[in-house]
Amino acid sequence: MNSFSLIMALAWRNLWRNKRRTSVILFAMILGIWAMVVTAAFMRGMALQALDDTINNLTGHIQIHHPKYLDDPVIDNTITMSATLEKALTTDQVLHWSSRIRVPAVVNSERDTSGVVLVGINPKQEAELSFLKNAIVQGQYFNSNNDKGVIIGKKLADNLETKLGKRIVLMTQNKDNEITDRGFRITGIYDTPTEGMETGFVFITTRSAEKLIGSNQLTSEITLLTRSLDDVDTTLGQLKADLPDLDVQSWKTLQPFTQLIVEMYGDFQYIWHLIVFLAMSFGIINTLLMTIFERTREFGLFQALGLKPRFILLQVWIEAVFMLFLALIIGNLVSWLTVIATGDGIDVSAFAQGMEMAQLSNIIPFIIISEDLMLANFIVISLGMLTGLYPAWRASRLVPANAITRI
Amino acid sequence: MTATDTELVVQCQDIYKTYQQGPIAVHALSEINFDVHRGDFICLSGPSGSGKSTLLNMIGGLDVPSSGEIYIDGEEIDELDKGELADMRLHKIGFIFQAYNLIPVLTAQENIEMVMQMQGIKKHERHEKSLTTLKEVGLEGLEHRKPPELSGGQQQRVAVARAIVSQPSLVLADEPTANLDSVTANKLIDLMLQMNEQHKTTFIISTHDPMIMQRAKTLVKLHDGKIIDRIQQ
Repeated sequence: MNSFSLIMALAWRNLWRNKRRTSVILFAMILGIWAMVVTAAFMRGMALQALDDTINNLTGHIQIHHPKYLDDPVIDNTITMSATLEKALTTDQVLHWSSRIRVPAVVNSERDTSGVVLVGINPKQEAELSFLKNAIVQGQYFNSNNDKGVIIGKKLADNLETKLGKRIVLMTQNKDNEITDRGFRITGIYDTPTEGMETGFVFITTRSAEKLIGSNQLTSEITLLTRSLDDVDTTLGQLKADLPDLDVQSWKTLQPFTQLIVEMYGDFQYIWHLIVFLAMSFGIINTLLMTIFERTREFGLFQALGLKPRFILLQVWIEAVFMLFLALIIGNLVSWLTVIATGDGIDVSAFAQGMEMAQLSNIIPFIIISEDLMLANFIVISLGMLTGLYPAWRASRLVPANAITRI
Repeated sequence: MTATDTELVVQCQDIYKTYQQGPIAVHALSEINFDVHRGDFICLSGPSGSGKSTLLNMIGGLDVPSSGEIYIDGEEIDELDKGELADMRLHKIGFIFQAYNLIPVLTAQENIEMVMQMQGIKKHERHEKSLTTLKEVGLEGLEHRKPPELSGGQQQRVAVARAIVSQPSLVLADEPTANLDSVTANKLIDLMLQMNEQHKTTFIISTHDPMIMQRAKTLVKLHDGKIIDRIQQ
């Protein structure tokens, strides 16, 4: 124990013996840890945002369709709300659900025309489920299912050279496969970070949609949110069992690209951490080997005075551990301050088209979660301790008679 | 001489040490038979390359002989593993080297206490002992200075204090005065003789310094790795 307290003191003091060298390697390690944590926060932010956007932008956690709807999204492939269906949706794990009518349509303004997806929503149900209510920047959200207005995206309004209060005409196929159209006044304009969403989706109430299509009780899709992401798989299994005649899918299969981003992020994080650590480990080994080279006589002296080789090993190793912990404390602090400084995230609108393709919005938030922080810290501590063992072992293997005479 | 004085501290029996330098075998030590009794003050002399430091390293367990046996306090050191050798050095042997033999990040007092700390002696006891020993070697008041803040002579005094503070059976000194001026060297020799007298500490000193040779109780002359003469003075 006494030898241990001696080597603890020696390790700490020796760390500061060559302040410049220790500072340089500490700086390099802090930079490495910063790169690990901040990149993890950026990637996590990107993945979670992609997931959030996917879930909020109409996909939800789980969707239920007519078995043919996803291949051919026409009015013929719709489902009807039944008691069995409503019962299946009334479980503890289902937080909210909403039924929608969703058909391809053409929108005409006084100036221009555009192809869109027309979505008939139940305002009350939808408000709990998707982004729409909170994304209104002009006008208002539907007051009830009797609301006769239309809500369009800001970008679509710009493209059509129309604005709030103006009328537009929506054209689609009715249940008899005839073209039908109807004029709607723009009562709301929504704004999202995703341009494709704004130009591609137009919202009316289900009642308006039924009148346009000429049929009641039609549902293209039912979207639902579970209590948490962890509940998705079990709820999916349950719904599939309860509704064998319907197509029930989770966001993972409905949006495979998002699933890919989330999965890729996990693998990338490991690879990135290992690359950064590899670079860092060269610094640790080099510094400790230099230390041993400079203090060879001292290690010989320690052995001559009776310090056992294992304590020499421990002394050099503890020096490495002190360095690691210092770098981790400062590195984590700097990373945390960096994340705070970025606020809501960084604006990548300069790459808007690329981000759109990757199903990402223009503002990427930095999100530190405890698992990512622990992973980065665990890699640095565990591999750092292993890395420190080699130079320490070298020091403990010195032959005292040779070491003591080394100039 | 008392009965304790006649106790054997070191026994070297037929020591040979051969180094291989490429294809050439260099015989650093040959036919070394050498006894040291408690309280001896022995000076190993001889030209460079005569084997003085090698013999000292063998006795201190810092190196191993090619053949032959070395006993410290009756224990054959060849049979000890690395850990046991370290223990033997810790409890039985004090070392003084030519230079650079203090730990620069520790104060004079901490350098002296270091050995006792490794021995597991309690803090207040080692604190007391280190201060007493510092006083004995004439460094009272300098206990908080680190080696770079001490002169060469003062540093060697700290090294002597560290070597004797836990009262080992044997102190091995390799060219202890080589880096010192004659006045400081003389004071250091006085100090070692005083320790030898007061505590009956056994000293084996390897040196070229005629002052130490003149004042040693026993002078052992080496040449080409062999003992060529042993003179009681």
